[in-house]
Amino acid sequence: MMHDLISITKSIRKSILMMNHQSNASHSGSCLSVVELLTCLYFEFLNIDPKNPKDENRDRFILSKGHASAALYATLAERGFFSKNILAKFYVDNGILPGHIDMTAAPGLECAAGSLGHGLAIGCGMAIGLKNKKPSAKVIVIISDGELNEGSIWEPILLAPHLHLNNLTVVIDYNKIQSFGITNEVVNLEPLTEKLVAFNWHVINIDGHNIEQIIDALNFKIDKPKAIIANTIKGKGISFMENKLEWHYRSPNKELLEKALEELE
Amino acid sequence: MRKTFIDTLVKEAKKDERIFLVCPDIGYSVLEVFRDQFPNRFLNVGVAEQNAISIAAGLALTGYIPFVYTIMPFVVMRPFEQIRIDVAYMNTNVRIVGVGAGFSYGAAGATHHSLEDIAIMRVLPGMTVICPGDPWEVQQSVKASINYKGPVYFRLGKQGEPILNDKTSSYQIGKATLIRNGDHVHLISTSNTLEISCKVAEALSSQNINCSVTSMHTMKPFDVNYINSLLETCKPIFTIEEHYIVGGLGSAVSEVIAESKFNPLFKRFGVNDQFSHYVGGQDFIRDKFGINTEIITQEILELLKKEK
Repeated sequence: MMHDLISITKSIRKSILMMNHQSNASHSGSCLSVVELLTCLYFEFLNIDPKNPKDENRDRFILSKGHASAALYATLAERGFFSKNILAKFYVDNGILPGHIDMTAAPGLECAAGSLGHGLAIGCGMAIGLKNKKPSAKVIVIISDGELNEGSIWEPILLAPHLHLNNLTVVIDYNKIQSFGITNEVVNLEPLTEKLVAFNWHVINIDGHNIEQIIDALNFKIDKPKAIIANTIKGKGISFMENKLEWHYRSPNKELLEKALEELE
Repeated sequence: MRKTFIDTLVKEAKKDERIFLVCPDIGYSVLEVFRDQFPNRFLNVGVAEQNAISIAAGLALTGYIPFVYTIMPFVVMRPFEQIRIDVAYMNTNVRIVGVGAGFSYGAAGATHHSLEDIAIMRVLPGMTVICPGDPWEVQQSVKASINYKGPVYFRLGKQGEPILNDKTSSYQIGKATLIRNGDHVHLISTSNTLEISCKVAEALSSQNINCSVTSMHTMKPFDVNYINSLLETCKPIFTIEEHYIVGGLGSAVSEVIAESKFNPLFKRFGVNDQFSHYVGGQDFIRDKFGINTEIITQEILELLKKEK
């Protein structure tokens, strides 16, 4: 199974790079840091059915860092929510999949995203609703590290433990680089674990590219909301994109795309 | 209007388990009746209005019909971007309930006044904007909103407004209500100035000027056909609102007139482009801004005289 998941991550990375190349879209680095997280969620953890994407009993997933939409679209296509052909309709004229998420664009999208700081609070509302109605359903939200600068993220961080939302998990994509600088140089988040513990979350620190650690963290059961701090690498998997601020913006030209695809073989 | 709102919501919530009430820590002496009867469908999120709106959107996505209730500026302006995306763009069945239209919270100061809300809510695609003119319209609109698809904003007054509708008349979201017949002048009101409008009509009738009075209780979708039917009478039209004259009822009627073939005598009565720095109750501040029966009646008389 693990071998399968690794080959899936490669396929998703290829899709992301081809999408961003074709549309000249930004955020390659932001997409590449969440590929293992999305793969584990959609191929191992989430109770979802691509044939019945609105099933009332399903788990809900929100990608709050909407600028990594290409990673989510590629994952949903890989999982069979829609045809991979649709990925060519990303961020282009007469397209289908916008740069930031429109929940009406394709099946499997639970929530709009693009303005930071919304997804966790919406997920919190879903968790409250599901706790009343479908106690087995879980809500997972991925936020970016820079997104923790938003005050509106800290409102649900304060509220969720108060409401004992044990069906809510936030995954922080801690790739250490945000829009205009190194995350902790822009505004220092540290000590992040201690902050979340003080807010009464159960905190698990993992390597966000280690599939075993991701799955263990997702499966870990505790009677309070859970925060997974996924230590990741911006641009992960492509040597010349890793840990480079510029790849928050750049898209690969033909030559770099070929080089990148070679690295994924 | 507050009491009618909560009494109506409690009645509906008894019949419909989808109704949920979210409050950002406002509602003392009003919301307890809901909280105590439906503890699993009531949530005080604390003083966190952005959270309240997003949580309501999340609840709506799991099948609830959440009402978010607080003082108007804090439920409209503070979390506006959450309303724009999580409610309007995502087309969630959230009901945003603002209490304290215009200068209702007069002496509390301008932080608590609401004179921009109609303008900024009616610009949002898909948003339904309901501005009841009396408690009867509150009751009817809350009931009608339960099975209404998409987001709804309610602009409520505060307390003590009289019932001005004939309770046997029909109410429909998006359809203007004629409160009083008259064929010399048309007065159109939205929200909490309906009482003043009726008094202006009364005052003018003593001068043998018969005014129709309309409650434009839905500001979006705007009843353009109704306004056109008034225009066809070729009589003067005056709009009355406790809202800035920019973007509210007066603007909406102007837009219809501008695109019509008619050019009636027309004036917008509302609050001019300034914050209140006055200290005093609603009526005191209304007087300062000319939102009262005497000033509006006088101005209308002068305009009619000039027209002749």
